Amino acid sequence: MKKQTVDSRPAGPKPWYDPRIRSLFFQFVAIALVFWGGWTLVDNTLSNMESRGISTGFGFLNETAGFGIIMSLVPYDATMTYGRTFFVGLMNTLLVSAMGIVAATIIGFIIGVARLSSNWLVAKLALVYIEVIRNIPLLLQIFFWYFAVLGSLPSPRQSVEVGGSFFLNNRGLYLPEPITQDGFGLVWGALIVAIVAVVGLRTWAKRRQLATGQIFPTFKVGFAILVILPVLAYLTAGAPLEWDLPALKGFNFGGGITIIPELAALWIALSLYTASFIAEIVRSGILSVSKGQTEAAKALGLPNGLTLRLVVIPQAMRVIIPPLTSQYLNLAKNSSLATAIGYPDLVAVFMGTTLNQTGQAVEVVAITMAVYLTISLTISLFMNIYNRAVAIKER
Amino acid sequence: MNNTKSMAAGAVMLCGVLAAPFATAATTLESVKEKGHLQCGVTSGLPGFSQPDDKGNWTGIDVDTCRAVAAAIFGDAQAVEFTPLTAKERFTALQSGEIDMLSRNTTWTLTRDASLGLNFTGTNYYDGQGFLINKDLGVNDATELDGATICIQAGTTTELNLSDYFRAKGMEYQPIVFDTSEQTVQGFAAGRCDVLTSDRSQLAALRSKLTDPSSAEILPNTISKEPLGPVVRQGDDQWFNIVKWVLFAQINAEELGITSANVEDMLKSDNPNVQRLLGTDGDMGAKLGLPDDFGHKVIKQVGNYGEMYDRNVGPDTPLGLDRGLNALWTEGGILYAPPLR
Repeated sequence: MKKQTVDSRPAGPKPWYDPRIRSLFFQFVAIALVFWGGWTLVDNTLSNMESRGISTGFGFLNETAGFGIIMSLVPYDATMTYGRTFFVGLMNTLLVSAMGIVAATIIGFIIGVARLSSNWLVAKLALVYIEVIRNIPLLLQIFFWYFAVLGSLPSPRQSVEVGGSFFLNNRGLYLPEPITQDGFGLVWGALIVAIVAVVGLRTWAKRRQLATGQIFPTFKVGFAILVILPVLAYLTAGAPLEWDLPALKGFNFGGGITIIPELAALWIALSLYTASFIAEIVRSGILSVSKGQTEAAKALGLPNGLTLRLVVIPQAMRVIIPPLTSQYLNLAKNSSLATAIGYPDLVAVFMGTTLNQTGQAVEVVAITMAVYLTISLTISLFMNIYNRAVAIKER
Repeated sequence: MNNTKSMAAGAVMLCGVLAAPFATAATTLESVKEKGHLQCGVTSGLPGFSQPDDKGNWTGIDVDTCRAVAAAIFGDAQAVEFTPLTAKERFTALQSGEIDMLSRNTTWTLTRDASLGLNFTGTNYYDGQGFLINKDLGVNDATELDGATICIQAGTTTELNLSDYFRAKGMEYQPIVFDTSEQTVQGFAAGRCDVLTSDRSQLAALRSKLTDPSSAEILPNTISKEPLGPVVRQGDDQWFNIVKWVLFAQINAEELGITSANVEDMLKSDNPNVQRLLGTDGDMGAKLGLPDDFGHKVIKQVGNYGEMYDRNVGPDTPLGLDRGLNALWTEGGILYAPPLR
């Protein structure tokens, strides 16, 4: 009986007619083909390079580089390895990208809000800024800031001088360098305590407001704590800080901190260019918040500033974040134009000089591409996390 | 069903593409003959070495080196097409087969010869690295350059020589590395650097691009050896020999007093060295895979080494460079070609 029921069921399709098995099979074949294709490409490249007598492998990273680099955030001289030049270039790329992202965001938000200003002049100026800057190729803007601005600065011997410690000339901007002495740890300690205190204060103020409705001036008090505590610590420790002042030695200034014109030109050009796009994104974000929201906030009696901070911007952020991420990615990638004006970024140092001295184009280009991919994916990751935090919470 | 069929067909095609044997390389000479012209890599514009004029005609000593090879193969010095390359691009272009030979004031070094899969065929210009400096600085010697800011072009041996020189002297410097020689001059003119460094032959040309050339001077120091010469891919010995011996033929021709003006008369010469070079006796060309009269064609159309030098970089040109090291060994230089026999 039991056997009969089994038999009476329509027989399942043969494995090669089973759509599930078939789709799995074809997916497996597709993946195998992709891997085989990739492996063939790599294998062919390697064997072709070997048969032509071209060196391969990553051993060159341990060889002595033997060339100088003008600016480095990590200790570097010509006796160090090619691997070190990679690191130097990477740090310089990250530096200008980070500086650019911060500046572009600030300028972009200001211009974006100004574009919506009810003041005719302010709105039109913002419009002109956006239309001019975003419609000129970035490379030309970099050249403009580099050659036009550099050409108008004086030579080192005729530097613009402020108080004997700040100097500006066509070799860069020279600033005094703070050198921490014994006991400066106390100031760092005080700063950490201050940060913890401000976080605690904010939590307490919020809880109190929820319970009693009273508003505590968190921002002003917090700012005061952040400034006063470290300053007190600094004075108690007996001002443990000395300044290394720049001074003219021979051809150039020595000592202090130097901001080279290449960095300044690239930073200004990247920031202004990207800011013009961010401004439009901010404008679209703010306009996407319906007018009823502002009216409702006004009806509740919220002042203009609070309406903007608590009602409009949080909602605008949902529209702003995804395209803003793209702009950050663009900025990081555009920083590779540095090579045109001699700023020693990853492309100029590693894919330029190092590639040329070693001749190992395939390896160097592969590493460089992997780095840009990693930088971009990291920015993307953090922006996605932030996006999730500000997105509408469906309840 | 249709979908799976087309997918399978696609997969088969993909296999076909990937499995296709990578084009079995014909010899470079065969492929050049088949194309009907020589593809030669040169600079994107360096006076005296390789530069296009307003009609797109290339001139320069590196250009003539290519033309001589074309004359040897085709009997026609015009059968060349030029590919302008930056310092960074040059080796990749040769390795990948985009060009047949590279003649782009390239310094012969061990690393380049041994690890790039390339062979240097000889030297068509002996150069050395020097410094161009603003006169206002009052510097007369390179040893006074401690702490100077220096403009360099990327992708050259210059970067390494500079670092070596300053380290050996215990001096410091700041390098500003630009992509092209044009930008390097701009940086120097804008006052970004005190000194511009490059091969001496280039300094004269670069100085002439300044608005006031007399404001800058070239220091007497030469800090490196820069033998510049043509390069070919490794692994094709016949092609390597052709490029090498065409240049040797031009140098031997100067030594034997054969010029483009008297080459027809020289055909009647009974000097066996001249006869072998011009192909009236022996089968020197056939040994290289060239016509026997290749020497005749090269000298007739391009000239001997001295003519090539004088026409492009010599004292009567804007560069005004003396023969110096590039004179024949018989005249106090180091130019010496093995016998053509």
